[in-house]
Amino acid sequence: MSLARSAHPTAARPRESGDPTTDSRLRGNERTLASAKRFLLRHPGVVRLGVVILILLVWEISARWLINPLFVSPPSRVLAGLGSVLTTEGVPAALRLTFFELAVAFAISVVIGLALGLAIGLQPFARRSLLPVVLLVYGLPQITILPLFILFFGIGAASKIAFGVTHGVFPIVITVVAGVQNLKPILLTSARSMGASRWQILRWVIFPHMIPSFFAGMRLGMSGVLLGVLLAELYVSTAGIGYFTTMFTESFDPTKLFGLIGMLAAMAIVLNEIVRRAEIRFSRWR
Amino acid sequence: MASRSEKAQRLASRAVQIGLLLAVLVLWYLATNFWGVNRLLLPNPVAVWHQFIEVLRSGAFLPDLRVTATEFAVAFTLATTSGITVGYFVSRSRYWVRVLEPLLAGIFSIPIILFLPLYVLFFGLGLESKIALGTTISFFPIVLATIAGFSNVDRVLVTAARSMGATNYQLFRHVLLPAALPVIMGGLRIGFTIALLSILGSETIASLAGLGHHIVELAENMDMARMFAYIVFVVLMVALLNAVVSRLEARGRRYR
Repeated sequence: MSLARSAHPTAARPRESGDPTTDSRLRGNERTLASAKRFLLRHPGVVRLGVVILILLVWEISARWLINPLFVSPPSRVLAGLGSVLTTEGVPAALRLTFFELAVAFAISVVIGLALGLAIGLQPFARRSLLPVVLLVYGLPQITILPLFILFFGIGAASKIAFGVTHGVFPIVITVVAGVQNLKPILLTSARSMGASRWQILRWVIFPHMIPSFFAGMRLGMSGVLLGVLLAELYVSTAGIGYFTTMFTESFDPTKLFGLIGMLAAMAIVLNEIVRRAEIRFSRWR
Repeated sequence: MASRSEKAQRLASRAVQIGLLLAVLVLWYLATNFWGVNRLLLPNPVAVWHQFIEVLRSGAFLPDLRVTATEFAVAFTLATTSGITVGYFVSRSRYWVRVLEPLLAGIFSIPIILFLPLYVLFFGLGLESKIALGTTISFFPIVLATIAGFSNVDRVLVTAARSMGATNYQLFRHVLLPAALPVIMGGLRIGFTIALLSILGSETIASLAGLGHHIVELAENMDMARMFAYIVFVVLMVALLNAVVSRLEARGRRYR
């Protein structure tokens, strides 16, 4: 959503923030009210936090008094129950296992994606012939073949890793191809005319120019891997988090279920954020 | 001369693509018929083809298709109306855009499929949980695109229309909507795809009926040829829908 994010670069402060304190007739509490308003207008983050707290509050109240406690647990109880989730036999191991699956799937996706992307992208003919195939396969609903992955790779970690790789590899291939394609031909020509070897061109011309799109691909690949691994985990699992989400759902234990899913969401956010930071850091050289 | 060599290259590309497809089919045929790959892992392509024709002709897919289509239609309609409405009202004020837009984008970056167990716990195994999940997942790209579309309209256009005495409705109909529509269409397209995928996915993971459910059922019965036939059916259907939506999106982008 970089599109939406870049949409509001330091948007002009709204008209309402005209300075009302100049009115000397304002009484004291009105003045503090006005300055509070001005503070909030200048710091949308504070209001954003307020919105989040409001949502949590509504959730807390409705979960405590309005909704059957078999189905929803209030956030305060979820937070207090985090410890008991972690001490549930097998949960720490399940979280470790999921993290391991994510890491391995991501590493494999990056290696395959980079190799395939370079192989397809550097050759105009290969790009024209094979990129449409990659895009076509990427557009297919991979979720329909999830049962096949379980049949081929078993119900252990291998099937989750494989399914994560098939989700992660395509965005990386596509962005690497796009990155190579954006390379100015004049740079290649000049490097070659100055006598650069194939390897030197790859190392000093192609790689640096690919970095921004490569990291953008890594970010998309990471969300793909998260999706693939979590889908496979939820589908069938003997020791991973999928096993525990099913167990907590079937035993109507929403406190533990919310806690476990909250932890996973936090894990997903942290992983996304790491890749996003890396993207910003490594594309700064331009 | 250049155009002829270009044409030749395009032909060569097509040849490579068709060759790739044929190679996959031939390898598949050889692997199952001669190299002794277990039929329980990989059914024979000919058997899959027969099953596919059988499924199409007998109409056995209709009940499941109806379930999936209902879930999808309801979810996408809900997400579109709520996403565009919320997005429009948020975009009316630059301040609220700054408050809410990062929050929505942040939630959108979490894999929402994670919350599927919560939806199942709350809404049960039936249609409701799929509709709710599909709505939630496709709401975010639609609302974000709507916000981006409406709040990026060129100020000059708005001022010009106002100074020429446009009413609120005229401003919306002839300035804001045409300017925002291409961006919104992009969001709708993403929402469409991920709603469909998440509904198929949640049917696969936990459900009572639907195409995703049927594929799992066939897998569990080890009825591989029929399962492959259903996979081919779903893949073709989704590809067809995607093509239609791409066409519509392209038309919407041109609309002024």
